[in-house]
Amino acid sequence: MLERRLYRALDWPLVATLALLTGIGLALIYSATYDPTAERGGSELGRQLAAIAVGLAAGVALLVIDYRTLADHWHVALGALGLLLAYTLLFGEEIGGGRRWIDLGPVNAQPSEFARPVLALALAALYTRTPGWPRPARDWIVGGAVVAVPFVLIAQQPDLGTALTLLPVYVVVMVFAGLRLRVLAACAVVALLLAPVVWAYGLEDYHRSRLISFVVPESDPLGAGYQQIQARITVGSGGLTGRGYLQGTQNRYDFLPAAHNDFIFSVLAEELGFLGVVFTLGLYLFVIHRSLGAARVARDRVGTYLVAGIMAGFSFQVIYNVAVSAGLAPVKGLTLPLLSHGGSSIVATLMGFGLILNVGMRRFTN
Amino acid sequence: MEWRHETAGIGTIGRLLLLFRCVVAVTFALLVAAFWHLQIEMHSQYLERAGSNHRRARPLRAPRGVVFDRDGRVMVEDRDALHLALVRDQVVDLDATIRRLGRATGVDPRDLHAALARRRREPDHRPIVVVRDASRAQVAAVIARRAELPGVVVESTPIRSYPAATMAAHSFGYVGEITAAQLAAAGDEALRRGHIVGQSGIELSYNRLLMGIDGTRHVVVDSAEREVDTIREEPPIAGQQLRLTIDADVQAATEAAFGAFGFDGAAVMLDPHSGEVFALVSLPAYDPNLFARGIDGAALDALTRNDQKPLHNRALQGRYPPGSTFKAAVAVAALEEGVVTPSFTVRCDGGAVHYGRHYRCHARHGVVGLEEALEQSCNTYFYELGARLDIDEIHRWATALGLGELSGIDLPYELRGLVPSRTWKRERHGEPWYPGETISVAIGQGQVAVTPLSLAVMMSTLVNGGHRVTPRVLKAFNDGRGWRPAPAGPPARAVRARPETLEIVQRGLWKVVNGAGTGRRGRIPGRDVIGKTGTAQVVSREGRLAADAAGRVLRDHGWFIFAAPAGNPEIAGVVFAEHSDHGYLAAPIARHALETFFAKRDGRPLPAPPTPPLLAPEPAPRPAPEPPPVVPDVADTVLAGGN
Repeated sequence: MLERRLYRALDWPLVATLALLTGIGLALIYSATYDPTAERGGSELGRQLAAIAVGLAAGVALLVIDYRTLADHWHVALGALGLLLAYTLLFGEEIGGGRRWIDLGPVNAQPSEFARPVLALALAALYTRTPGWPRPARDWIVGGAVVAVPFVLIAQQPDLGTALTLLPVYVVVMVFAGLRLRVLAACAVVALLLAPVVWAYGLEDYHRSRLISFVVPESDPLGAGYQQIQARITVGSGGLTGRGYLQGTQNRYDFLPAAHNDFIFSVLAEELGFLGVVFTLGLYLFVIHRSLGAARVARDRVGTYLVAGIMAGFSFQVIYNVAVSAGLAPVKGLTLPLLSHGGSSIVATLMGFGLILNVGMRRFTN
Repeated sequence: MEWRHETAGIGTIGRLLLLFRCVVAVTFALLVAAFWHLQIEMHSQYLERAGSNHRRARPLRAPRGVVFDRDGRVMVEDRDALHLALVRDQVVDLDATIRRLGRATGVDPRDLHAALARRRREPDHRPIVVVRDASRAQVAAVIARRAELPGVVVESTPIRSYPAATMAAHSFGYVGEITAAQLAAAGDEALRRGHIVGQSGIELSYNRLLMGIDGTRHVVVDSAEREVDTIREEPPIAGQQLRLTIDADVQAATEAAFGAFGFDGAAVMLDPHSGEVFALVSLPAYDPNLFARGIDGAALDALTRNDQKPLHNRALQGRYPPGSTFKAAVAVAALEEGVVTPSFTVRCDGGAVHYGRHYRCHARHGVVGLEEALEQSCNTYFYELGARLDIDEIHRWATALGLGELSGIDLPYELRGLVPSRTWKRERHGEPWYPGETISVAIGQGQVAVTPLSLAVMMSTLVNGGHRVTPRVLKAFNDGRGWRPAPAGPPARAVRARPETLEIVQRGLWKVVNGAGTGRRGRIPGRDVIGKTGTAQVVSREGRLAADAAGRVLRDHGWFIFAAPAGNPEIAGVVFAEHSDHGYLAAPIARHALETFFAKRDGRPLPAPPTPPLLAPEPAPRPAPEPPPVVPDVADTVLAGGN
């Protein structure tokens, strides 16, 4: 199955960068969960290591099977995702007013994390089944229906933030599949015009308070604005070279909630400084660059669409989370792929990269 | 299925990928710029905010200074009080714990709940005191049941202790948490919220000396305000030790004498040359320990609503008509203003007519000179002086002797008495002074009101050669480098009275005690006590008759001002016996205080407390050279001018 030729064609620099980022993530999780009185890290580190092992296995599995075979079975993947999300909605663990988790005994799984790669696979397969340039309107409707299923199920959890991350995947795959940019621009205008209506009728109160607190964090410094103010203090106090590993006071004394997942990049900025930020962002940029290279050299459209879709979700998530970590965007509960603690996130991310490496590796095969 | 690229798409896809890369690169560049702004440009600002997030300066309370009496006996000190506190995040079942704690300590669980409820908004890890100043038995009970009382801890804080309880309470004062007004008035760093500061007495007037300087413990806290580390400590500097001029023996003897005779009131005893106060009494008193423990609302209410006003320092704040004690000041004024000579005499037929009105005396004294008039407290003689003197002349001399003035004692909240003048009348009532009013002022009634302390100052001035001293209660202080004398107060002001005048008045006052006068109960063989009694009318005679049923409350107050020994006095003072009816009943209290003072000075055993006198109804008013006159010296007088 995995021939020697394929093995050599694997994008090793990308693999190495992914490994480096995952390693940085582990170090930061240790720091974020470090207990200064007991002088040891939290149990999150071990759980993350286990999740990485699972993610590696799943990623290798997705690497070994030809992505075209996987794309042939996109409805199976989409169906499984739909069932998992429906199960979550009905029987999931209720935590903090939402059902987002499935109890798997020792660990919890968050099925919504798998929606982006599954959706990328499904849309890629869908849009390559029918050759067409320009594409008939029917295709957009079918694609919209494919996106709508996980979107609605996730939004009902309720987790509008994660649901919205599906949109970049959808839009980018559509654009690659032939959607004209001027149509996209028209849609954007319509969306802008609809924004007030959505604000008034489409949002829960806690969404509004997050958005208000984002614009005026001081309006509620102990409530919704707290995380944002503390995030800026955390990042800003890092300075050029940072306060030193394990030495960030904002992190050490728990002024930053959810430091080990949503705000892991703030911990990095505080302890490793601006230089650490630039270095890590450089690694992410390299990952995106190399992955998009796979999209360019892919031997067929399904490979290109698949890589573009996965990268759209990945890039959006990275940019959004980094912006949140500096208090530049409303808090949404999105993880930073590869760095944040979170089993489902790391497994889904590694599976996504398994697919990308798969596409790049098989660029010469028929 | 064949999924090859359509050749037409390759160029488009290449351009789209380029667009994708550009969007990502530009966004990353914006993020880097944002981090540059936060981490480089705004760095110092955010670093400071991060610092104030987790660094706290916690005060280390400086123990307040110890206060000694003039012989070095401890009067006020700090002691370690033990409190029982609850740490809620260590408590498993709050209700059960409170029930058990209530059983172990004998405290009503409802009170424990109430103490918790007052501070329920504080973080759960912070101990909340539920039993303040717990007894040893309570602490022992809690420690013995420690296993079944998780989260109950014993805390220790220094609290103020007054071993003598109510004795000299008004001089010592009390402490309490600083009020918002005090905080605003202080306006400096030394006083901060939560500080325990003096609220009265020397605790207030010497608060800065007693307080010391708090230390600071610089700690690191986490986001729940839990202390996780101590960076460094600046130890507190204990408050200074104070040595008072108060003599605990004289103080206790005076208070005991009041008790023996069953009177409330006030007394001041001081060194007429230096102004050092030996004793300062105000009764009823309160127990300053109540305030130190953190007085609760009900107890404070009981103190402030009490009709007897125990918080009120009668010696400094009580203003009463001086009655006949004022005659000493009028005598000085008359001699100094030259309206009479020392040989001037008046015939007393039980009263006199002035301005068309008859003013009564309490007896027929016959022909009396100044000294006899003082001895017998003859009103007729002093009515005549009042007719000859202008009110402003009386005002000038009474004021010079210290009446109607602040003595400047180093205790807070002293009030000024009132000696009327034309200016005062015009400003206060918008009316001119009527000469008839001067007649009643001349015997210390009418509009005159003085504090006991100011009468003690007047007595000192009369006997020390005419120097108005400033009374002091602080003798020395010790900041840890040895005792140093208290800074001198304002210098004594000389009263420009001729020595002969003061001598004549003193001779009269000697006769009051040692002759046939009203102060014979103050006599001590061999001590040459001089003095003057007085009666302060509470209500007019008519008012008293109308409210006869009210009994004791409306009885007049008795005064006795005194000094001893005549010629070279070592002690002077005043006793004010509330509702004692007669001045001569105040004299025995002074005698006991003086006997104690002299016994102590001579190293003899202190006298036993006086035995309560017979409180049987007084015998018929007259004729009665012995026992002393029972008719109060002004009670029968019809007063001119107003009340």
